[in-house]
Amino acid sequence: MFALGLAGLLVRRNLIFTLMSIEVMLNAAGLAFVVAGAHWWQPDGQVIFIFILATAAAEVSVGLALLLQFHHQNKSLDADAASQMRG
Amino acid sequence: MLRLLWLIPAIPFASSIVLALVGARISKKIAAIIGVASIATSTVISILLTWSFLGSSLPKNSYTQVLWTWINVAGFHPRIAFYLDALSLVMILVVTFVSFLIHLYSAESMLESEGYSRFFAYMNLFVASMVTLLLADNLLLLYLGWEGVGLCSYLLIGFWYSDFKNGLAARKAFIVTRIGDTAMIVGLFLLFQHLGTLHIQELMRRATEQWPAGSALPIAAAALLLGGAVGKSAQLPLQTWLPDAMAGPTPTSALIHAATMVTAGVYLIARTHVLFTLAPPVQLAVAIIGAATLLLGGCSALTQPDIKRVLAYSTVSQIGYMFLALGVGAWAAGIFHFMTHAFFKSLLFLSAGVVIDAMHDEHNIFKMGGLRKELPLAFVAFLVAGCSLAGLPLITAGFYSKGLILSEAWSSPQGSAILWLAGVVGVFLTALYIFRVIFLVFFGEPKTPVTKRPAYKIKIPLVVLTVLSVVGGFVNLPPVLGDEPWFTRLLHTALPSVGQEHFGLLTEVRSEEFITLAFLVGLGLAYVLYHRRRQWVEVLVGNRAGKALHEFWFSGWGFDWYYDKLFVQPVMWFARVDKSDAVDTFYNGVADLNKLLYRGLRRTENGQVRWYAASIAAGTVVFVAIALFL
Amino acid sequence: MDAMFYVAAAVAILATVMVITRLNAVHALLYLIVSLLSVAVIFYTLGAPFIAALEVIIYAGAIMVLFVFVVMMLILGPKTTEMERMWLVPRMWIGPCILSAILIAEVAYLLSRAGVAGKGTFSVGPKKVGMTLFGPYLIGVELASMLLLGALVGAYHLGKRERLEIQDVVDSDATRIASGGDLVRPGVGGPSRAA
Repeated sequence: MFALGLAGLLVRRNLIFTLMSIEVMLNAAGLAFVVAGAHWWQPDGQVIFIFILATAAAEVSVGLALLLQFHHQNKSLDADAASQMRG
Repeated sequence: MLRLLWLIPAIPFASSIVLALVGARISKKIAAIIGVASIATSTVISILLTWSFLGSSLPKNSYTQVLWTWINVAGFHPRIAFYLDALSLVMILVVTFVSFLIHLYSAESMLESEGYSRFFAYMNLFVASMVTLLLADNLLLLYLGWEGVGLCSYLLIGFWYSDFKNGLAARKAFIVTRIGDTAMIVGLFLLFQHLGTLHIQELMRRATEQWPAGSALPIAAAALLLGGAVGKSAQLPLQTWLPDAMAGPTPTSALIHAATMVTAGVYLIARTHVLFTLAPPVQLAVAIIGAATLLLGGCSALTQPDIKRVLAYSTVSQIGYMFLALGVGAWAAGIFHFMTHAFFKSLLFLSAGVVIDAMHDEHNIFKMGGLRKELPLAFVAFLVAGCSLAGLPLITAGFYSKGLILSEAWSSPQGSAILWLAGVVGVFLTALYIFRVIFLVFFGEPKTPVTKRPAYKIKIPLVVLTVLSVVGGFVNLPPVLGDEPWFTRLLHTALPSVGQEHFGLLTEVRSEEFITLAFLVGLGLAYVLYHRRRQWVEVLVGNRAGKALHEFWFSGWGFDWYYDKLFVQPVMWFARVDKSDAVDTFYNGVADLNKLLYRGLRRTENGQVRWYAASIAAGTVVFVAIALFL
Repeated sequence: MDAMFYVAAAVAILATVMVITRLNAVHALLYLIVSLLSVAVIFYTLGAPFIAALEVIIYAGAIMVLFVFVVMMLILGPKTTEMERMWLVPRMWIGPCILSAILIAEVAYLLSRAGVAGKGTFSVGPKKVGMTLFGPYLIGVELASMLLLGALVGAYHLGKRERLEIQDVVDSDATRIASGGDLVRPGVGGPSRAA
């Protein structure tokens, strides 16, 4: 799932899909943690997953706010259009 | 008394430094007094030393004065030490005395030139270096003096440096002698590596013990030292610098390029005669070089219009005689000729200087004439010196020294008839060219008026040298004329005597007769061509063959042209081609590589999020792979 | 239990593939929700019921809903779909697929070297999770709360609508000239009155 999220991140130009792919990757990472915790029959994996959840929430809110601003400025959601920081 | 030996180089050296430091601020008179007095003191000390040396009997006929150890590292410990034996005694006596006279001359002749005290500083430094060279007891100190005289020669040839041509001439002299110097230093390396010392007497002893005669090592060492001698003494093939060195002031030409520096090569070979004896092919080469050079010099001197260039080629030729003497093993004869040559050649230059000054800096002999009435002293001086140069029988010094050389060339075991014949032809050429100059300059119709006459400071050296050019030969009378070879006897305490092998066809008397004949033929031809029937000269040179020959001899047998084509042009071509500097391109290449990498890296910063994410992913893949597999 | 795990896993993977290949954003979001729900089922089968519930409530319930709201706000019409179609040519998929494939291979290799996981039916309840959370991981909790505070403030600030009027641009230009500044400003678009 992580690999699929990565592929999605690299392919899609629309920023919404980028954010979605990031969510997929976070979810996959959390899944790995929980599996590890379940393997050792300890709650630590689940605790980490809670933290990941909090992080994902924070990231999504800020990310979507940025996305809205981006849309407002450029009238499009093309990630490749935002390349003013080139060297 | 002998303890004063070290003062002979030290006093001129000190005065040179004094003049260099304060010379700009003191008056010309004081500068002249310092400059001349230092050499005078050295001369007086040498005379006293000669008295003392001849009077006492010393062990090994030599006296060594050690000052201090110069270098002491890994078994190599040359000292600053002076070695006085008959050879070096004779040489320093002649050098200091002639230098004194020339300094006295130049105190007056250089008055109009700028840089008066600088001149004396350089001249004194030169005398100090030359005496160091002569008195050195090891080859490294000798090389120090060698380089010193080379430096002073450069400084003095380019003395009037504001004229670019003088700088070029000085540069040429330095570079050509440098070639010889490099050969010499390689020779010193070789000697030290195989024999473990550079102390001359010790070196000679070890060489005779360890090296069989005719083996490769002494041949190599002697050949390299010969290279150095050839460069400094302006012999074939490094003779091209001396005619151009006449760009310097006349006293310089008299001192350095006639009497002293150019004889340093002769001294070197005489000093290291053991090596040359151990390497017969090289000794033969010395003789052949001497013979070839004396003919080359003579022919070239015949065609020069500049009076100083005639004398320069004449010097080249006469040193050829000295090399010829050394090559056949007549060491003492070579030194004898050095002594007489110092007298008459410096006299020739000094009187030529008087003539040039009087003609308001005119050097071309074809523009001079009839000066024997206007400048009587110069005329007498030049005439006597010229006769001595050519070897006027019985009453000139040159006759005795040249005669000795030629009879040894015939009769020595290493001599041969061809060498003797070359020498006799040389006598003919010498008489021809010097009387050409005499007849053109001092006889005939005056062409340029005289503007200056010499005063006492110039007259005294001229008179003294004239006397010496006459009587200088009487110190060594050949068997048929009195048989008192005092001079050679003295020198044989330091140098080996030459064997007498085949007197055969030619006794010494007959040899002298041939020489006299050659002299008279030359004199007569010069008289006819240049005094009576000058138009015959034009006829001779007018036709195609004569003109070609004239051109060939005039350019010194084309050596400048060869060297230009062979060495100078390729180097200049290479410098032009390498203008962008192949070595620099390597360093620039490093910089360019960096720029390339920079540009490449720059492309990875394209501001696109997906691209950055892709690079993160790729990096992760790589790191995981490394973690897995390494 | 095993069968449920494999079914749920298959659904999750299939749904994720659909997420990244859809042209319409809303369709992709819906598939993403399905994927998250199936992951919650996987959590349940692994014996982590508390986390399964949290996944549904927070991830699928709150975060995805937020996503949906924002997408709705953006009014992406058929034109966007056309653009997506243009962008998503098969050629674009090659590079990322290769990278992902290599990554999968490496992880598979790692897993193959490790031991086989033994699955237990022993489930870790919420009580235990809570004790661990507020026990050794207390500082994590505090940090998470600070993070959320920061996100809150940031989202509020960034969410402010800047009305881009021409008059605003002219006014701000005038003020800039008056105060001696230059007219060159970074970025295209409006003046950045934000911090």
